[in-house]
Amino acid sequence: MTELVLEARGLTKCFGAVRATDGASLDLRTGEIHALIGPNGAGKSTLIAQLAGAIAPDAGTIWFAGREVTGLSMAARARAGLGRTFQISSLALDLSARRNVMMAVQGRLGSSFRFWRRARQEAALVTPADAALARVGLGERAHIAVGTLSHGERRLVEVAAALALEPRLLLLDEPMAGLGLDGTEALTQLLAKLRDECPILLIEHDMDAVFRLADRISVLVSGRVIATGPPATIREDPAVQAAYLGTAA
Amino acid sequence: MRETVVGLAALAALLLAALAAAGAGEVYYINLASKVAIIAMAGVGLNLALGFGGMVSFGHAAFFGLGGYAAGVAAFHAFDGTLFLGLLPGTDAMPIIWLAAVLVAVLFALPIGAISLRTSGVYFIMITLAFAQMIYFFAISWPSYGGEDGLPIYIRNSFPGLDAGDALTFFGLAFAALLASLALTDRLTRSRFGAALSMAHLNEVRLATSGVEPFPIRLTAFVISAAITAWAGALFADLYGFVGPSMLSWQRSGELIVIVILGGVGRPLGPVLGAALFVLLETFLGGLTQHWQLVLGLILLGVVLFARGGLMGLLGGKMAHD
Amino acid sequence: MPTALLIEQVLNGLQLGLTLFVMASGLTLVFGVMGLINLAHGSLYMVGALVTAYVAGSTGNYWAGLLAGIGAAATLGALVELSVLRRLYGRGHLDQVLATFALILIFSEGARMIFGAAPLFLNLPEALSGSIALPGGARYPVGRLAIIAVGIVVAIGLSILIARTRLGMRIRAGESDREMVAALGVDIATLYTVVFALGAALAGLAGSLVGTIQSVEVGMGEPVLILAFVVIVIGGIGSIRGAFVGALLVGLVDTIGRISLPELFGLVMEPAAATRVGSGLASMLIYLVMAAILAVRPRGLFPADA
Repeated sequence: MTELVLEARGLTKCFGAVRATDGASLDLRTGEIHALIGPNGAGKSTLIAQLAGAIAPDAGTIWFAGREVTGLSMAARARAGLGRTFQISSLALDLSARRNVMMAVQGRLGSSFRFWRRARQEAALVTPADAALARVGLGERAHIAVGTLSHGERRLVEVAAALALEPRLLLLDEPMAGLGLDGTEALTQLLAKLRDECPILLIEHDMDAVFRLADRISVLVSGRVIATGPPATIREDPAVQAAYLGTAA
Repeated sequence: MRETVVGLAALAALLLAALAAAGAGEVYYINLASKVAIIAMAGVGLNLALGFGGMVSFGHAAFFGLGGYAAGVAAFHAFDGTLFLGLLPGTDAMPIIWLAAVLVAVLFALPIGAISLRTSGVYFIMITLAFAQMIYFFAISWPSYGGEDGLPIYIRNSFPGLDAGDALTFFGLAFAALLASLALTDRLTRSRFGAALSMAHLNEVRLATSGVEPFPIRLTAFVISAAITAWAGALFADLYGFVGPSMLSWQRSGELIVIVILGGVGRPLGPVLGAALFVLLETFLGGLTQHWQLVLGLILLGVVLFARGGLMGLLGGKMAHD
Repeated sequence: MPTALLIEQVLNGLQLGLTLFVMASGLTLVFGVMGLINLAHGSLYMVGALVTAYVAGSTGNYWAGLLAGIGAAATLGALVELSVLRRLYGRGHLDQVLATFALILIFSEGARMIFGAAPLFLNLPEALSGSIALPGGARYPVGRLAIIAVGIVVAIGLSILIARTRLGMRIRAGESDREMVAALGVDIATLYTVVFALGAALAGLAGSLVGTIQSVEVGMGEPVLILAFVVIVIGGIGSIRGAFVGALLVGLVDTIGRISLPELFGLVMEPAAATRVGSGLASMLIYLVMAAILAVRPRGLFPADA
């Protein structure tokens, strides 16, 4: 049995006269990787920002983990179990990978108003952070400042931080971008393993990875989802071919 | 590590200077040491907001002055035998005055912070300045407590069991308060709260993505920062036996920022170095030339352009993160 | 309030507001184009006033003083931009606040060394020193009307400069996209120096104007600087239009508040106390207005890049 984890209906966001998303609808079920693809300027970034709570939609609703979250802040959605990574990795570069991931553990535990105990010595924070880093293969690099890590490693730190939230959903924004072949392969394998633990909404340009991983694919064009379905169906869909694959080829 | 050594050495030097001055019977120099301790403490308060939290408050003189007025007004009513606002009796007991200073600062910092933190960047700098100016002009116009002329504290307030009128004893109190505020910020900044605060500064989006709301974290830090600065203000008023609008002025806010920067932004012990350097320059350069502020300006410019870690950056090495 | 007094106060408010606009337009221009927050803008104002007073005093000619004052402020501005400020464009606001705070200390002490601590006085030229009758019978000084006129001319001139000229086009481009301007081959370093000198000249002009109605001395720049910041923050930093609206708002609120608040308190207090409390609270008024506006619109009335 799969159940609905995320359901977005009719998300619309205008910037001046431009409709960045125009009634976009999307859902995500347990146990699946759902890829969101679309040509540049289709409104993917705006859609993700609305799902994550960075910008508020002008119209439409978002349900997540059984309740409506449309008006909730980014932090509140994270506490509800929405883990995300960014297109351009967003970490505190001066701090170690461990400190970055520990923040997510702290957020999950919901107790930032503790003023006395040294955070670095709290096993409740350090142990889960190190475990998450170990899962993405960075166990040995936990103490290193993120600013000195490679581009690919930073992406993995973000994934580890998202995992440390013990998420009900992972929202990954172009996680493969800028990774080498090895990096892409490693991340693809990791995501395939994560699928059963936590459904993934994957925004990705790397079509090989998308068609290998995705159980379903949604295609966003001009702010609307024009098709959703299994990869084979999407590949054959004439509207998709015309609007998207056609222009890409 | 080296940073801590440098900072502790500065604290030890301050203590020794006061003791040496006492040995030589030089009350003036004991009071100078007290001034360094108190200004450093005000800087420690500001450093929490500015250095650790990245909130460039250009209005911390408001809290410094409010602390001063808490001391002045309490002493005024104790001397007069009248009631504050017709409700509260005055007092000359420092512990109660300090508590009052902290409470007043919290009462003001909550709304000021809540409104100011809706803005960011230059707007935050300017709105904190605006709130400080409001309080400054209020102090000037309210005649009950001296208005423009300020309010003298005729007899230094007392501390139970100690002779606070004695210069060295008063230095001891100021020094202990400085140590307490340093210890407090040290714990705070290493705690979960401190981790969230520095993340709010370093990368706000990461903090929110981790499930922590930045606003309450920042506001709490702003309020604690104001409270420490107000405590220093209460001591400052007692050191000089006087509180006036100048304690609330925007130049004072600028000086507090200067002290934090001179010492090194976000360095736990930086304000001690910054305050020592500032008071030394003011006193000894000011003795040599009436144009000492010109030299101060040049030094400051040099620090901003060429020595961005401040004095602590020069002496204590790079900032340590773990 | 009688009509004549009201008209007089509105004119005073306009005069203060337009003076603030001349000052604030330079500040907001520099922020809009270079992203620089310049506390030393008040020092340039002071230099304009001091040089005007000095030259006018020694030549007996206000116009020569005015030109010298504006020229001195512009030159000093360009020098400071070339030597110090251009190192600060990429830095955080904190560094900018601090470095320009240092410049205030340097300029104030420098001015004290050169011009002394005693106030200088500036006499208006003959043609502007009279007064004219207002409707209702009161008389109003021509000099203040002239300041209002200059403020309006500057406002119109700036809007033409920005909307119609080559320099204005580059300024607008610089505000929206710095890299783009550089890519188009505009010499961005020179553009910045020119813009900063223009802003400095406006500060110098404001100083020369105000010098005719108040004493000219070291330290005169900072109160005006703070008011100018209030103006541009209310208006939306970087927006000339915002500076204009903000300046008039501040000028009128401040002037009317100073007249009416003491009267208002006079209804419930004895006259002496009412005057003190009323005028003190009037000084708070503009800051209250600013805080209220920012509480509702955190980026001012006309956010520059929205």
